[in-house]
Amino acid sequence: MMLELGLNQQPAHTRQGSSIGQPLTRRDGFLKVTGTARYAADNHPPGMLYAVLAVSSIARGRVVSLDIEAAKAHSGVVEVMTPLNRPALAVDPDAKDHPFMFRLDLLQNDGVRYPNQSIAVVIAETLEAATEGAALLSPRYETLPARVGLDGGKSFVPRGVGVGNPAVQEKGDVEAGLESARTRIEAAYETPAQYHNAMEPHAIVAAWDGDQLSIDTPSQGLAMAQGRIAGLFGIAPRNVHIRSPFLGGGFGSKGMISGPQVLGILAARLVGRPVKLVLRREQMYGPVGHRAPARQTLRMGMDGEGRLTALSHHARTTSSTFDDFFEPAADASHTLYASPAIATSHDAVRLDTGTPLFMRAPGEATGSIALESAIDEAAHACGMDPLEFRLRNYAEVEPMTGKPFSSKALRECYEQAAEAFGWASRPLQPRRMRDADGFLTGWGMGTATFPALMFQAEARAVLRADGSGLMETGAQDMGQGAWTAFAQIAADGLGLDIDQVDFRAGSSDLPNAGIAGGSGHTATAGMAIHNAGAAVIARLADLATGNEASPLFGAGNEGVLARGGRLYRRDDESRGESYSEILARAGLAEIEGHGKGAPDPASQETYAKHAHGAVFAEVKVDPDLGQIRVTRLVGAFAAGRVINPRLVRSQYYGGMIWGVSFALHEEAVTDRRSGRIQNANLAEYHVPVNADVPSVEALLVHEDDPHVNALGIKGVGEIGITGTAGAVANAVWHATGVRPRRFPIRIEDLLG
Amino acid sequence: MTSKTTIPVHLDINGQRHTLELEPRVTLLDALRDRLGLTGTKKGCDHGQCGACTVHVDGERVLACLTLAAQAAGRTITTIEGLAREGELHPVQAAFLEQDAFQCGYCTPGQIMSAVACIREGHAGSDEEIREYMAGNLCRCGAYPHIVAAVRQAALEAAS
Repeated sequence: MMLELGLNQQPAHTRQGSSIGQPLTRRDGFLKVTGTARYAADNHPPGMLYAVLAVSSIARGRVVSLDIEAAKAHSGVVEVMTPLNRPALAVDPDAKDHPFMFRLDLLQNDGVRYPNQSIAVVIAETLEAATEGAALLSPRYETLPARVGLDGGKSFVPRGVGVGNPAVQEKGDVEAGLESARTRIEAAYETPAQYHNAMEPHAIVAAWDGDQLSIDTPSQGLAMAQGRIAGLFGIAPRNVHIRSPFLGGGFGSKGMISGPQVLGILAARLVGRPVKLVLRREQMYGPVGHRAPARQTLRMGMDGEGRLTALSHHARTTSSTFDDFFEPAADASHTLYASPAIATSHDAVRLDTGTPLFMRAPGEATGSIALESAIDEAAHACGMDPLEFRLRNYAEVEPMTGKPFSSKALRECYEQAAEAFGWASRPLQPRRMRDADGFLTGWGMGTATFPALMFQAEARAVLRADGSGLMETGAQDMGQGAWTAFAQIAADGLGLDIDQVDFRAGSSDLPNAGIAGGSGHTATAGMAIHNAGAAVIARLADLATGNEASPLFGAGNEGVLARGGRLYRRDDESRGESYSEILARAGLAEIEGHGKGAPDPASQETYAKHAHGAVFAEVKVDPDLGQIRVTRLVGAFAAGRVINPRLVRSQYYGGMIWGVSFALHEEAVTDRRSGRIQNANLAEYHVPVNADVPSVEALLVHEDDPHVNALGIKGVGEIGITGTAGAVANAVWHATGVRPRRFPIRIEDLLG
Repeated sequence: MTSKTTIPVHLDINGQRHTLELEPRVTLLDALRDRLGLTGTKKGCDHGQCGACTVHVDGERVLACLTLAAQAAGRTITTIEGLAREGELHPVQAAFLEQDAFQCGYCTPGQIMSAVACIREGHAGSDEEIREYMAGNLCRCGAYPHIVAAVRQAALEAAS
């Protein structure tokens, strides 16, 4: 069952020397273009049954009755799981002992606390029978009024936002700064609830063998998922084997095990056979997280030269009635613009919704569209070009903490993107440009930023007597290119050509690779791989330099370098020998080494670590109909060392397209009366289609960062959405003279 | 419900004939995935909204989730598994790989099936036309610019 990508694959660009930095095509690409990459729902163990969820059609109340008899009478239905017969769990699904954990709805009672909550599971011989059985349950409810919207409850200040950030932070005296300002602006922006909508619905195939549990399910954090599931069932983590070689997208929604995934495991337990449970698309609008809506208010003061004297950013957001996740939107104002006084604050209301969760650039995306819009308003209020205004307020140190940046090539990003876009010819005033067809044309910009995070990861490296290498870490590939980028890092770490390296990942029985999230996976698991490679090379060097028969004898560990499957003396590269020769002389079939990846606490203390970028957008607006089209996007990003420019460009494009989507497309619409989501499908919940996406350019700006980690890696998965959303909004203003105040921008807002 | 709930359905898929006993309600998509183990064709929405299940029926692109298996009986069906010949990638598959026209890969089989048809239909004459005629296949990762590049490359190869 182990997926291996390595010796038997044919990379399109094999080469000698360093693998890091090469634009290799994806090593899993052949599998993906031929339909042979196996996603969770593609598995079909013998004897497998199909499970289908029945979900609540109310937002709040309880289930009074289910027609279990009707469902069971349907041909092919094997069992119906409800609170009455759901197998026991070792812990309360509502218990929570760390922040990376959902409180789960696992049929613990008849209560309903959000729409699309699971209320029963129908298990059948075929998918069709299970689907029909679920429909036959015909639930009846006792319904309570739904609490809906940003004013739908009593507001409070959360204990923390994001993962434990203080909800309220202040530096300097904001009110005094505003008082002393020559120019002031105050602006509010609303953003909607958004749903991750990975193309692959959450799916699980679960099979029990005694207390051994075998699972295929997409996971952005295998070790965390393993621990969570083991805890729920009261078994040892090693008894839970999860395979997740490919995720059909995650974007945060597969970061933590969700209720429906555990229900699939419970269903398999109940019937004593393997069970597959796949969420229907509409069922993804509830139990698997979303980006919470927000209302943000920004206040800025500027002196006579356009320098900020104060920046205040407040965000109102929402969570569920039973769990805590608070979008840290206002924290976006901590990083980008220098100001003697900065205040950020959050409050929240509790609603009858599923619990919100991390969604691509959580906090940063929502905060960025408001901050970048407000900065644009501030520039206009000062009569300044938006780029000039941003440069005037360029942060030489992190504004909130005063820490120096570990590296920051944002000026270069501004320069290169502005040049490529042709920004210099932009008229200052809005509504000054039209194209040949009479469409209003506008140019806007935004600054992109995302923290360079690292988590904890481990890797195991092996060198074999035949001269090949093996690298193992339970890394997760949700499309960012882990199979390829990590193999590149592994090849360099082992001093081998990439086609000499087996790279194993995507399985919970491998060393813990940490989470694929926070744009930190490449840095974290990459450093574990790098260090595991260094450890095994050091063992190999010990064998050689300590043996009189070796040409490396006496060179000492520091005196050798590894390249192309050979160790060389640093002081005389004509003296060296192959890994095979060293291992053969030592009579060893293989040797291994282990490595860890983690943030360096000392440099954490000293430096602010962020990736940066600048995005420029052109939009065209029909002056009569208000229809908006993005016609050009140019971004430039500096995110430390680039492992594979081909894959990194794809990440930037994807992020930038998410930015367009944030500004113009995405919105979950909640019915104020019932609390249900009215557009829980891919036709009415708009995500961009190919025809919505213009010409996109992403420039990779060189940046050496000696402090983030030894490889100099920051992260690229999320930064593209920041900056872009604001750039589009600002371009709409520049085209029309109308400042967007709520997102997605609607035609009626422009025609007002 | 009557006692006889299944019907025999003959499906010609990728040059192979399959005979299945199916309930009439079984979609082509579920027949491919659950009965025949042809899991390359993906289910993204089951409502004809995302394009992940695109296959060819008699050479035309069809959404397998909105097609009953019985409707495809006796017609020529091609799925993603049927594109490569003797291990040699179809030019569209090769172009997707070369242009990095996918990330997570889940929508990719549908994108590729649409792209093959898009080129054959003569709808790949410009980037704008490609964007329009590939607009029925959602990609949440946002690989669209590279999808356009891949279709452009494969269309040029097909023309030369």
